[in-house]
Amino acid sequence: MPADAPPAAQTAVLDGVAPEIGVAKPDPILVVDGVVRSFGGLTAVDVDHLELPRGLITGLIGPNGAGKTTFFNLMTGFDKPNEGTWSFNGEPLAGVSAHNVARRGMVRTFQLTKSLTRLKVIENMKLAATQQRGERFLSALMPPAWRDQERDIEARAMDLLARFKLDKMRDEYAGTLSGGQRKLLEMARALMVQPEMVMLDEPMAGVNPVLTQSLLRHVKDLRGQGMTVLFVEHDMDVVMDISDWVVCMAEGRIIAEGPPESIGTNSAVIDAYLGRQHDEDPAVAPGASAEPPHPEPRTQRASAADEEPR
Amino acid sequence: MNIGAVFADAARAALDPFAIAYALAAIGLNLHFGFTGLLNFGQAGFMLIGAYGLAITVSTFGGPMWLGILVALLGSVLLSLILGLPTLRLRADYLAIVTIAAAEILRIVFRSGWAAPVTGGAFGLQRFANPFYALNPIPDGRYGVANWAYSERTLWLMVVGWSLVGLMVLLVWALMRSPWGRVLLAIREDEDAARSLGKNVYGYKMQSLVLGGLIGSLGGIVLAVNQQAVNPDTYQAIVTFFAYTALILGGTGRVFGPVIGAIMFQVVLSGFDSFLRRAIAGGVIPADVLATQEVGIVRFILVGLGLMLLMIFRPQGMFGNREELLLDAR
Ligand SMILES: Nc1ncnc2c1ncn2[C@@H]1O[C@H](COP(=O)(O)OP(=O)(O)OP(=O)(O)O)[C@@H](O)[C@H]1O
Ligand SMILES: [Mg+2]
Repeated sequence: MPADAPPAAQTAVLDGVAPEIGVAKPDPILVVDGVVRSFGGLTAVDVDHLELPRGLITGLIGPNGAGKTTFFNLMTGFDKPNEGTWSFNGEPLAGVSAHNVARRGMVRTFQLTKSLTRLKVIENMKLAATQQRGERFLSALMPPAWRDQERDIEARAMDLLARFKLDKMRDEYAGTLSGGQRKLLEMARALMVQPEMVMLDEPMAGVNPVLTQSLLRHVKDLRGQGMTVLFVEHDMDVVMDISDWVVCMAEGRIIAEGPPESIGTNSAVIDAYLGRQHDEDPAVAPGASAEPPHPEPRTQRASAADEEPR
Repeated sequence: MNIGAVFADAARAALDPFAIAYALAAIGLNLHFGFTGLLNFGQAGFMLIGAYGLAITVSTFGGPMWLGILVALLGSVLLSLILGLPTLRLRADYLAIVTIAAAEILRIVFRSGWAAPVTGGAFGLQRFANPFYALNPIPDGRYGVANWAYSERTLWLMVVGWSLVGLMVLLVWALMRSPWGRVLLAIREDEDAARSLGKNVYGYKMQSLVLGGLIGSLGGIVLAVNQQAVNPDTYQAIVTFFAYTALILGGTGRVFGPVIGAIMFQVVLSGFDSFLRRAIAGGVIPADVLATQEVGIVRFILVGLGLMLLMIFRPQGMFGNREELLLDAR
């Protein structure tokens, strides 16, 4: 599909960039320096230096417990690192509260979906729009001050819902949605914020393959509109398909980064997924480096959909 | 035994100033708990501040009544800030602990000997609402039929009080259909989600706490004006739980829920009370089964039973939304 192909000018940005850990990129949108987070004795995240390319799709991969979600939490102000700094669009974000990170244009979704159960689907969407006049106490009491804006927001919400095939659910409570539909709603809701960068934590987990394909197209559209995307995904086919750049974490550290083709053959990545002893295992060693590793069987991925916390 | 008189007693209580006070307290709690998910267990403290703000300004310092009401409302805002600033960033249960403790501390401090010069100690303060009753346009007399009748003073307070309730219901309704209300609901559902979408959760919780506390204080003022007296022991923790009972009876998270609930609470409580007393007096219940002095306790047992039945057969309350309630179980 021609629309899927990234505009040449956009990916060309990375042409001269070497697939090395911590490599500098032209015009990065997010720059991370020395961010460390430990829980007791466990160092969940320890990133020396990372730059994310603007306007492109970066895939973040790594085995379970690698620290991907914790990294998301740290970047977006939901958790505080023990040390380190990071900046978004050149502005430091350390100490900035979570809602202000979102207002600055970096919005994240959650691995464990957080649908607002007892709000209708459409209210979930409308909530996410920014700069709402009716959210201020006094103007809230004067509907003429916000009614027009509310109408525009609703139109935009319906537009997005239609793209995510949720428009028929508009007046259902979000709590009645299925696990996969909640994932879709959460992604659509994040886009209502009109962020410069979205961080998606396993957006396709529990979503059926057909819809996954359409989601992938949607993510590519976002790139077409100039949005930066960072997403966590365990399905390597998906990662290879849509990423312009891939970062691999293991045990809190970044162990490889590069264009998708280089990651499948990267020995550190294979080590991380298959265990370090794979060299001694003749059944795995020779073939493993030839094709991208499939770290997680699909049955395991599905489990991410049932882990509703409430 | 006169069943008609029991109904008349219940009907009288349904609309009297106590119902107004509980309705206001419960409207405030509904904003806190029903719409924002804040556990305020110290609504009695807000009512106390309302009542004493008025009483102290007028009785102790000889100020005008309007100033007393202003002081009451400012005091309530101050209490919200003191309670909210340290706790609203923390998990929900911290607010619950701090509010219930603060309400008790206030009551004990206000009744203590060394505060007595200002608060009147255990005896409280009296006669601070004369200007209010001086404005009463209703001629002297008793209004109503048989037992279901009010004095001109009570009726005057009821007119003003229920208007106030109507105004507060209108305010909450207007707020909750606005984007502002939508943010509160989102916080109730999942505050991290609200945060991830750029909402200043802390700021909204604070606004909710202040506004709900203010409405609760109005309830305290109505109670104080009704009796022309304040006493610290009127504001025991149980008052907060009565207000919660009213809220749950009527339906949490519904604009009219707390008002209907407060009326129901009064009807049930006074209805049982009147029924038991009259049944004992008329010999229907033998005095050795239940003595008149025990009625006060037994009626609460019956209210508790009623509440249990309600939770079994209509867990959403009278006006609650069953569909919403069931979603919680998923
Ligand atoms: N709040 C916490 N307290 C203690 N340990 C934590 C906490 N959060 C994360 N960890 C630990 O940090 C490590 C990284 O967890 P994280 O959730 O970031 O992994 P992940 O890469 O997102 O894994 P997955 O692919 O399974 O989602 C894990 O070992 C986890 O046990
Ligand atoms: Mg994770």
